Amino acid sequence: MNLHEYQGKELFARYGLPVLPGQVAGTPEEAREIAAQIGGLVVIKAQVQVGGRGKAGGVKLAHTPEEAYEKARDILALTIKGLPVRKVLVAQAADIAKEYYLSIVMDREKKLPLIMLSAEGGVDIEEVARVAPEKILKQHIPLEGLRPYAARALMMKVFPDFKQAQQAGTILMKLFDVFMDGDCSLAEINPLAVTPEGRVIALDAKVVLDDNADFRHRDWAEHWRDPADESQWSRLAREKGLSYVKLDGDIGCVVNGAGLAMATMDLIKHYGGEPANFLDIGGSSNPEKVTAALKIITNDGHVRAILFNIFGGITRCDDVANGIVASLKESPLPVPLVIRLTGTNEEKARQILSDFGLGATTSMDEAVQMVIAKAQEVTA
Amino acid sequence: MSILIDKNTRLVVQGITGRDGAFHTQQMIAYGTKVVAGVTPGKGGTEIHGVPVFDTVAEAVEKTKANTSVIYVPAPFAADAIHEAADAGVQLIVCITEGVPVNDTMDAWHKVIEMRGANNPLGKPRLIGPNCPGLITPGQAKVGILPGHIVTPGPIGVVSKSGTLTYEVVKQLTDKGLGQTTCIGIGGDPIIGTDFIDALALFEADPKTEGIVLMGEIGGNAEEQAAQFIKRHVTKPVVAFIAGQTAPPGKRMGHAGAIISGGTGTAAEKMAAFEAVGVPVARIPSEIPGLIAELLQRRRARKKNGAAKAPKAPKAAKPAKKAAAKPAKKAAKPAKSAKKPAKPAPRKKAPARKK
Repeated sequence: MNLHEYQGKELFARYGLPVLPGQVAGTPEEAREIAAQIGGLVVIKAQVQVGGRGKAGGVKLAHTPEEAYEKARDILALTIKGLPVRKVLVAQAADIAKEYYLSIVMDREKKLPLIMLSAEGGVDIEEVARVAPEKILKQHIPLEGLRPYAARALMMKVFPDFKQAQQAGTILMKLFDVFMDGDCSLAEINPLAVTPEGRVIALDAKVVLDDNADFRHRDWAEHWRDPADESQWSRLAREKGLSYVKLDGDIGCVVNGAGLAMATMDLIKHYGGEPANFLDIGGSSNPEKVTAALKIITNDGHVRAILFNIFGGITRCDDVANGIVASLKESPLPVPLVIRLTGTNEEKARQILSDFGLGATTSMDEAVQMVIAKAQEVTA
Repeated sequence: MSILIDKNTRLVVQGITGRDGAFHTQQMIAYGTKVVAGVTPGKGGTEIHGVPVFDTVAEAVEKTKANTSVIYVPAPFAADAIHEAADAGVQLIVCITEGVPVNDTMDAWHKVIEMRGANNPLGKPRLIGPNCPGLITPGQAKVGILPGHIVTPGPIGVVSKSGTLTYEVVKQLTDKGLGQTTCIGIGGDPIIGTDFIDALALFEADPKTEGIVLMGEIGGNAEEQAAQFIKRHVTKPVVAFIAGQTAPPGKRMGHAGAIISGGTGTAAEKMAAFEAVGVPVARIPSEIPGLIAELLQRRRARKKNGAAKAPKAPKAAKPAKKAAAKPAKKAAKPAKSAKKPAKPAPRKKAPARKK
């Protein structure tokens, strides 16, 4: 799960990281109220999970509560990189003398957390990495953890002032606690800012949580998962244990296994079609999962044909066939269906399908070509 | 021959009384795998499918001389199961479980690596997975969940990040008469015990493996590293396939590790990395059998010619073999040395190095 900035800052605050007071608002009225509570200059920031919010007009200063109302109203009307702004963070504004970049990510290669630190903060770090990679300091954190001296020593390499380096070292220690306790795959502060008085603070927060560790943080998911962040259908997919990603094409696909699902999308494209989604019904699939998958896909109005591509291993083909039949009995499909299945209990599955008047092929290439042809018929 | 598992594999199933554990124990036994023990804490002294169940892996190893373990334990406890197997001296630990937190896998990975260096009476442990289908050596043993009916013995080593995509391709290979030495699914998580490089080194060292099929997917840079490793250390022909050519950036495609982030980890980059070192990349899965068959044929023809014309060739092959014979204690090591120039000859000139 990707946390919004305001959620990330809430997490940071729990771990004692220095963040400025602020609250999230869904309406201009709320923004005005929060601005009045904070008092003085505030910053209004669009809560969308994309970079370049500032450039898109999603970050504005406000001197008075009334101005906060107006700015919030403007920002809440924006759509940034395709994402409508539904919430803004209203936070105390800070004077900034200098901006740094600090993050911890899991390094897949060394299998250790990796600190990334740069004096080039406040800008797109991927751009820095591309143009001037030498400006990013990288250091792995050993399995036994991070020592305060090591955190301080690292910070002294980029902070010219010792007191600032010391503060930044403490921030790094706390950020590492967030990273480990929170099962993060990314914990990023950009910018890590120094005020004219020499205070080091986290002005932004980007946190990505490892979904696999949800069971350790049940309350977090409840607290932070914003129902409006995911469509009804994404939610249904998540609740049913399906991996689903919506795409722009018109051929829906239901596949078992992530690799095969990706390869199926690729094959659709290869033969001249456009996949409408990625959908993995997972290993031990039951008929309800298949029913949910069909509901999710048919809801996408662009879908003109649907392909089932099942290679039975743990997944039993007859389970999938039962699911298809049960689902069709409940509500007939508005678009043509092509079924490919092979593997465990294939014969049983074929019987179930043919009793219902459905056929199935065994070749993936053939099935993909068939579904593209059907989609074209529908379009024509 | 084969890699990692064969007739001598003595398997202990961790989580044998669970739904998946019990089902696949039956399947593995039916395939001919020697399943000698099961472990479920609290169920010691019972029996399932004729297999004795123990409370701990240590006890199972002591009583049954199990040398390989397969884990079907639920995700919150799976990493602990890896630790337990490593502590019990199991040599090969295959973790099937999906959904293990990355932090847990990180600890388990380092534990296994540390034990590889330790004085271990049973040998050096190796971890495969988590979130993988396991491995199968046709006609000898299967450990995990790969369906037995799609494989057949033969000269091809298969290594893949995926489960069902592997079945798809293996079945197509079998249908075309291209049998396998061993098929191994290394898993789709960000941190996995055995990487492409480790598997490639094992296949390179296996005399019966004549060609290798490698199936990668978007995310991370294991494929790019594999390409570099092939260039330096693999003399056998390799055919690659990358899933996720149409995957959008920033979205996790099912597998925890399958995500294009910050513009890196794309299928295009990985395909280019293989092509740059002379490894043909199949555009679609059904191209794989044809590509590997052609390379096998060429290799066999070259071997014939080489044997007749150049009796000195084996000497030239040595440096590559030596490097590959050390099966990558740490995945990073061979990759590093791969950067050094003037090591073995580039891949295109391979004929000179062949026997």
